[in-house]
Amino acid sequence: MRFGVVQFPGSNCDFDTVHALKQVLKQDTVMLWHKDHDLKGADCVVLPGGFSYGDYLRSGAIARFSPLMKEVKAFARKGGLVLGICNGFQVLLELGLLPGAMLRNKNLKFLCRHVHIRVENAGTPFSSAAKEGRVLRIPIAHFDGNYYAPPKTLAEIEKRRQVVFRYTDAAGNVTEAANVNGSLHNIAGLMNKGGNVLGLMPHPERASEALLGSEDGRILFESLIQSFGSRRGRGAKARRTKARHD
Amino acid sequence: MIDKKILDQHNLTEDEYRLIVGLIGREPNLTELGIFSVMWSEHCGYKSSRVHLKKLPTSGKHVVQGPGENAGILDIGDGQVVVFKIESHNHPSYIEPYQGAATGVGGILRDIFTMGARPVAVLDSLRFGPLSEPKNRSVMEGVVSGIAGYGNSIGVPTVGGEVYFNECYAANPLVNVFCLGLADKDKIFYAKAEGVGNPVLYVGAKTGRDGIHGATMASAEFGKETEHKRPNVQVGDPFKEKLLLEACLEVMSKGLILGIQDMGAAGLTCSTTEMAAKGGRGVEIDLDLVPQREAGMTPYEIMLSESQERMLLTTTKENVKKVQEVFAKWDLDAPVIGHVTESGRAKVRFKGQVVVDVPVDAVVNLCPAYRRPSRPPAHAPGGGRLPLLPVPSDFNDVFLRLLASPTIADKEWVFRQYDHMVQVNTVLLPGADAAVLRIKGSKKGLAMTLDCNSLYVRLDPRRGAEIAVAEACRNLACVGARPIGVTNCLNFGNPEKPEVMWQFEQVTDGLAEGCRAFGIPVTGGNVSFYNDTEGVSIHPTPVLGIVGIIDDVRKAVSPGFKAPGDVVLLIGENAEELGGSEYLRIVHRLEAGAAPRIVLGEEKRVQDFCLAAIEAGLLASAHDLSEGGLAVALAECAFHGRGHMGCAVELDDPIRPDALAFGETQSRILASCHKPDLDRLGVLAREAGVSLRAIGRTGGSDLVFRHEGRDLIRVGVEEAFRTWKDSLPEYFPVRS
Repeated sequence: MRFGVVQFPGSNCDFDTVHALKQVLKQDTVMLWHKDHDLKGADCVVLPGGFSYGDYLRSGAIARFSPLMKEVKAFARKGGLVLGICNGFQVLLELGLLPGAMLRNKNLKFLCRHVHIRVENAGTPFSSAAKEGRVLRIPIAHFDGNYYAPPKTLAEIEKRRQVVFRYTDAAGNVTEAANVNGSLHNIAGLMNKGGNVLGLMPHPERASEALLGSEDGRILFESLIQSFGSRRGRGAKARRTKARHD
Repeated sequence: MIDKKILDQHNLTEDEYRLIVGLIGREPNLTELGIFSVMWSEHCGYKSSRVHLKKLPTSGKHVVQGPGENAGILDIGDGQVVVFKIESHNHPSYIEPYQGAATGVGGILRDIFTMGARPVAVLDSLRFGPLSEPKNRSVMEGVVSGIAGYGNSIGVPTVGGEVYFNECYAANPLVNVFCLGLADKDKIFYAKAEGVGNPVLYVGAKTGRDGIHGATMASAEFGKETEHKRPNVQVGDPFKEKLLLEACLEVMSKGLILGIQDMGAAGLTCSTTEMAAKGGRGVEIDLDLVPQREAGMTPYEIMLSESQERMLLTTTKENVKKVQEVFAKWDLDAPVIGHVTESGRAKVRFKGQVVVDVPVDAVVNLCPAYRRPSRPPAHAPGGGRLPLLPVPSDFNDVFLRLLASPTIADKEWVFRQYDHMVQVNTVLLPGADAAVLRIKGSKKGLAMTLDCNSLYVRLDPRRGAEIAVAEACRNLACVGARPIGVTNCLNFGNPEKPEVMWQFEQVTDGLAEGCRAFGIPVTGGNVSFYNDTEGVSIHPTPVLGIVGIIDDVRKAVSPGFKAPGDVVLLIGENAEELGGSEYLRIVHRLEAGAAPRIVLGEEKRVQDFCLAAIEAGLLASAHDLSEGGLAVALAECAFHGRGHMGCAVELDDPIRPDALAFGETQSRILASCHKPDLDRLGVLAREAGVSLRAIGRTGGSDLVFRHEGRDLIRVGVEEAFRTWKDSLPEYFPVRS
């Protein structure tokens, strides 16, 4: 399986994500430059954390206009796997690949710390290696992670089980105290209707090695690798052949 | 035309002016005078400090580059070096806290990557006035946000540092930023203009009117008119810096450039003249080619602007295009603005006219050095001997008050605003004795710490400086790192006051002594004088930034207790000392007495023992004893431990119980071990000639400190934890 990690000029978790995928998980991984139109045959595109274009305006607001994002959008529409981490999540919201928006954290400060998130839906390519209800300890580091969506959208998201991760306490209880940034419904990670695009605020690449305090983040990457393996068996090939004809 | 008034505005004396006239052989014009004034300012020219800094040891087996360059360089083996330095941004941070601190981070980052290193860690030493004052809270909030805003965006983790509170910093907060970068030993770059005819390129942000005379501002006392100086503070653009960082590292790794210098204090003036002087060459530039943010700027303004995120570099004519292509990839312009000459002069043209023509050597190397008069203060600071003090009746209350004291209280409110994990190297999170990073692709780890207890330095400058070195090294020993080098940021009052100069002399003596005792070279640093507002100086504050190595980073030790039933150990000996303690300050409202005693040889033995014990895998935790003494250290080990593990200790030292619990006697470490390892540790300690005592056990839900058969302190861990944890956030209620 080949991972493509997008590099915006202000990405700063691009190298970290490549490190986790390439050095830790031993996956074929390439960097994708924001000015290019080339996904270099990636089976999964990762939008890493950072400050895409400085984000002075609104996190991810400029990134949606970058040349590469046109390709990522088309790739996602065809069912390609897209993972947005932190700033990557913000960009996916701005691109319209995921519903809703991000507000400033409820305490109006940047927040960097370990949090607990609970796997709400293990039937996705991003979480299939975990048991539903499992609590993961993964760090966050963001200013704008306070998830918002209008009530109707929110109800729909919940109904379709698009919420993949929720902020909880260590025991897995959804509490207001555990809701570090003020997100509606404690939403930490959200997928699209098609189940092939996921955005999450916590950084799994920072929780991939025991030396750094947690390996819980690996579950995301391992899920992707596993599900891609079985997906490939089912028709990823057909999808790729079709993509060439489009 | 140049009169006394103009000289005063430029902080130059009449003697210095005569010297300039002699050096250039004529009267300088205003632009030339401006150039001399910044390069000969205290900030750039080190004119009051140079004669004393010579005392510091600067050589050692790890040293690749000592003082005099943008940053110091140490060899860490495997073909790699660390490039590191600390800088102050005190004055700007008081005037405009957010931008002052942000550009402090930006400036030090450029000092590191201009040498070819990728910055991997930032630490900062912050000092503010008491948080009971709204002004101090707003300065602190702005400074922390500024550091976060810049560092988080550019993606360099802020992994540690210190935050310290004292009345003396109310009108003079200190913001000292340390940065460390990693580079390959064979890919280090210097600020040298070589090869006559080679083009000089300007890269990065456009030049504006911001920050003109920032260096000069930092070289004078503040008065009531400080507010008017806000336009002197620069504005930071971390995104631009990120582009500059990546583009510079790319042209360096491709071998496309020859020399490079960032435009920090004194901007274009400093970078052009320093590069020429270091290469033994001259330089000629045309200001019409300098990208400008606004129209109508004069040569004086362009040369002295301190606009951020700019660099100057030299390359060969053949490589200009390739260099420009790399910068274009990162959306940066890189115009050629001049070339290297043989003349040894800096020649600047503007609209076809030569507006500057001065010898670079005079500008860069011939700034006068002064041995300013010094005199010990007439009265001992704090009144010398301590009055007879009552022993408190309620130790629990004193203990909790100390835990709530902002200098001791938990700093998570600060460091959670910093991205301290980006780059995935952070092994120990902030709050540990020292920051520990792994080095990817190797077993090794790097440890870093910043430290200074300025109250000790005020009470006894020489001893206080020795303690600063000793304590910083002790921080490293507690995580299992051997110190290999030092950078320092010497923050003092007005050097024209003989008492301040005396403090400076004493401190540099103490630092030299301390560094020699630990065998660590000083590879550079920064002096910040004139930290006075309306005539009142800060406590002398020599902040030490010490870097250490851990051979096997998996062996790094953290301060928290690990398992119930472990043995609590005290390494080093107790003494009856209260002088300069946080306990005296908070409980008895006294900044007085003698600074704690320090015997460097004894200190070294304690640290070597700690290192050997960690190396042998015998210590489960280790924590330096500092502000708040033994009782506070016990609490911190409990708070950092899994599930806030309590502990019970019993000591029968025949000394005042308040000195035993809260005194700040040096050369002590609080550790813990699994019970079976106790005997081996005992043998090791005897061999090392170090006092090691088992003073209690971990476990339970209380913190218990017994003395001579009775409970001195007994507090629930959770209550103590909340007191310690909630103290800082309560000063900063959320207004959402």
